Amino acid sequence: MLLWRIRTLNWNACLWQLSMDARVKPAHDEWNSAWARVDCAQIAASKPLTENRMPEAPTELSVSLWRGGVEGRYETYRVPRRDSQTVLDVVTYVQRHIDPTLSYRFACRVGMCGSCAMTVNGRPRWTCRTHVAKVAGSGRLEIGPLANLPVIKDLATDMAPFFEKWREAKGAFAPSRTRADAIPRIRPDSPARLAADAAVECINCGVCYAACDTVRWNAAYLGPAALNRAWTLINDERDAGNVARLQAVAATGGCHACHSHQSCQEHCPLSLNPTASIAGLKRRTALAYLKGELKP
Amino acid sequence: MTIARHIKHRGGTLWLAALVHRLSGLALAIFLPLHFLVLALALHRAAQLDAFLRWTDQPLVKLAEALLVFLLIVHLLGGVRVLVIENFDWRDGQKRLATLAATVSAIVAFIFLVRVF
Repeated sequence: MLLWRIRTLNWNACLWQLSMDARVKPAHDEWNSAWARVDCAQIAASKPLTENRMPEAPTELSVSLWRGGVEGRYETYRVPRRDSQTVLDVVTYVQRHIDPTLSYRFACRVGMCGSCAMTVNGRPRWTCRTHVAKVAGSGRLEIGPLANLPVIKDLATDMAPFFEKWREAKGAFAPSRTRADAIPRIRPDSPARLAADAAVECINCGVCYAACDTVRWNAAYLGPAALNRAWTLINDERDAGNVARLQAVAATGGCHACHSHQSCQEHCPLSLNPTASIAGLKRRTALAYLKGELKP
Repeated sequence: MTIARHIKHRGGTLWLAALVHRLSGLALAIFLPLHFLVLALALHRAAQLDAFLRWTDQPLVKLAEALLVFLLIVHLLGGVRVLVIENFDWRDGQKRLATLAATVSAIVAFIFLVRVF
């Protein structure tokens, strides 16, 4: 083990040497670079580096991808295993090198756009930030489209119902001022701003929607993402649409349909807590009803 | 083959807590009418009630009673946890609370079992 550690350290030094050769090296690094040169030579003369490493990960992945629409089947492909490989890399490899007819969706590849979510080994996940090493220790991957949404083809789902429910939850900002008015000052530490901050980073990936059993059972349920969005706007002091919004989220299929299973929180790739937002909506709508601001 | 067969992300602590809450509620809903029927025997059919009470001395019935106690406590505590979530400010550590509820219920049921044997 010690030998392995030393070799790893030396290998890093070799890499450093290669990268530094093209630059002007600082004087105090001269000893290090000389040491690295000697050690590179030693490594070249010794056994291959791979023999001293920890047990190797599988060199190939067995990847089952859903092919077809609602009715379809899983088809299995062999994909080379790479370091730091993401699930999206695997899907892209299949599409680029094995079967160009494979349909899937992605855009930014860095966890910002929320378009690449799929079901990975039975769990909804964002595939661009899910490393294969985390989910496929056995070298097997099963990737399907997100649950609770219509399948268009293969791994691509129709997100229209998801965003339609955003609209139903009054998820659009309703301005209370015109552009001619002064920008309102919102204190960063005000309770409303803190509540909005805690929920506002949602990227609309649909993972929570796919993980929610209430969405599965109740077609009218707005879902965690739409209600979470409504909660951020209800806490936005600049917004003027809260009466209609509270009415919308208190209606059938609104916040009161949530069973607080917390699957949304469990699966959210950004560790947001839609259950807390929905609980906030439940309290806010109940209070509005008691005040007579909501019709039954 | 339909896609729904391949969804298997359930099984987390809180999902199991919700499942136990639902099933315990269902079991209690079935048990309660039977319980009231037995109590009603005391009004007009005392002999039948005595016979029934003797029947409940069987070990298997006592085990079932302990299970009922567990279901009652776990449903009560699980319901309180959900009510607190929905009516008060959010508190982290829900998995711990759900596990605690199940543990307390199991301990109470075990104490009950020890006392009836």
